[in-house]
Amino acid sequence: MAPGHAVTSFDPRRVRADTPLLKRSVHGRTITYLDTAASSLQPRAVIEAMSRYYELRHANVHRGVYQTANEATSVYEGARESVARFINAPSGAGEIVFTKNATESFNLLAKSWASANLKPGDVVLVSEMEHHANIVPWFQLRDVSGIEVRFIPVGDDYRLDLTNIDELMKGVKLVSVTAMSNVLGTVNPIKELAKTAHSYGALIAVDGAQLVAHAVTDLVDLDVDFFVFSAHKMLGPTGIGVFWTRSAILHDMPPFLGGGGMIADVRTDGYTPATGPSRFEAGTPPIAEAAGLGAAVLYLEGLGMDAIAEHERRLTADALTRLGLEFDGRVRVIGPNDTLSRGGVISLDVDGVHAHDVAQVLDQFGVCVRPGHHCAKPLMRRFNLTATARASFGPYSLVRDTDVLLEALGHAVTMFG
Amino acid sequence: MSNLEDLYREVILDHYRSPRNRGELPSPPAIRVEGFNPLCGDEITVYLDVRDGVLVDIKLTGHGCSISQSSSSLMSAAVKGKPIEKVREIIATFKQLMTVHETSLDEKAEPQPIDLRALGELAALQGVVKFPVRIKCATLAWNTLSQGLDELN
Repeated sequence: MAPGHAVTSFDPRRVRADTPLLKRSVHGRTITYLDTAASSLQPRAVIEAMSRYYELRHANVHRGVYQTANEATSVYEGARESVARFINAPSGAGEIVFTKNATESFNLLAKSWASANLKPGDVVLVSEMEHHANIVPWFQLRDVSGIEVRFIPVGDDYRLDLTNIDELMKGVKLVSVTAMSNVLGTVNPIKELAKTAHSYGALIAVDGAQLVAHAVTDLVDLDVDFFVFSAHKMLGPTGIGVFWTRSAILHDMPPFLGGGGMIADVRTDGYTPATGPSRFEAGTPPIAEAAGLGAAVLYLEGLGMDAIAEHERRLTADALTRLGLEFDGRVRVIGPNDTLSRGGVISLDVDGVHAHDVAQVLDQFGVCVRPGHHCAKPLMRRFNLTATARASFGPYSLVRDTDVLLEALGHAVTMFG
Repeated sequence: MSNLEDLYREVILDHYRSPRNRGELPSPPAIRVEGFNPLCGDEITVYLDVRDGVLVDIKLTGHGCSISQSSSSLMSAAVKGKPIEKVREIIATFKQLMTVHETSLDEKAEPQPIDLRALGELAALQGVVKFPVRIKCATLAWNTLSQGLDELN
């Protein structure tokens, strides 16, 4: 561990004890939760923060002047401060917009900033390993405003193939890529891509959904222009996500959804939008969810992101080694086989057994994995797959989870012969 | 593992390992219909050769899980050579089998007795209803077949 990051108190067993759902049993077995990449589990601190809001402080935000309304506003705005600190947003909370999830954040980017700033023929450069959330909004924009959507290919090593990046960058106004693939586990060279994008006068947007709960996120260091993620993938609740951009860009972005809360003035002849994040937060926001997100940030900071990253790296290395040794090559990992620039997401292709059948057998062992295309169909096509069974780690994962995974996989392989 | 064995009956695994009526028919004259399961990426193409009100031949291509593949194979074996009216009857009975789960949740609904003998090997798929997420796997081929028959009109 790097000096200056002295986090020694991290203990996954304590995280486990803090996480109520992990005490459940299914089909007579203790649950083995390996689906954090789809949605993480919440520690009691997050659940209690949300309950506390409803039990003690519930009121609408930015409206009433009574005590609980002030408290509700403090909870909501406090979460914005916590998130800004967590990702080291260059100018603080004024750059943090709360959305419904990372998908809505991408839609905000495409339908507000991109729609106002891109001209027909301008190129948005995404990659073949993107989640549909970072593909479909761009095709939607293409269909109304004639932009071009271009893809950075993924190599046979499951990493972005940047060999022809100079060719790919022609006409690009926005690079929009994931920090970490939700299928392959590949961690992309965001800092390098930001330098490349800027050298061509383009901006760069980053999908941080898979990264924020598993490694340190430092937006000052990354030097990107847009960053999006969801709370529920970082031990927080569903229903709230984050859109970050630099103040200067945010200031010039046209409003997206219209309604209450996003205005400075409304008259019978028109309206004036609010400035700052509230311009993009029409209607009553997810207040309880913001309380949960704020608590998730505090919880993760308490564990130490460096310690979580190191813990998950070890789990991933162990799982990759053992998957490689067992099953006579019938279980193939779709993703990098080392832990350099790689996170704890492990997609499996089991020879002769469809991912849904794998997951169904695993369920009988209490093992939760995600089968399917993981909302990344272009990537699945790239590797001639229709589906994989994906196991993914979180701060509460233990080597014991991999033990159960391997036991259950053995059963699936035998059953379908 | 009793639940699992209920889902993965031997008949199902057999049809998964050795699917019946795989292949294509020249289209036209055969009717060609595609079905997709957007949630899991399963794809199926059904080819129907209908002559004088009889489904003379049926072929299937595509890929998917054991439930969707065996269901389509079992379906092809059940409907091949049957008059269209009979095919529609089999589809209706099968769909009824797949909706048992929902109707049993509704206390007011009188569950219609299903003639399992009339379903033959298809009855092996009844374990699927205990796994609601998998019902769409089992019904993909059948919905695609229905769509193909609609094109006859």
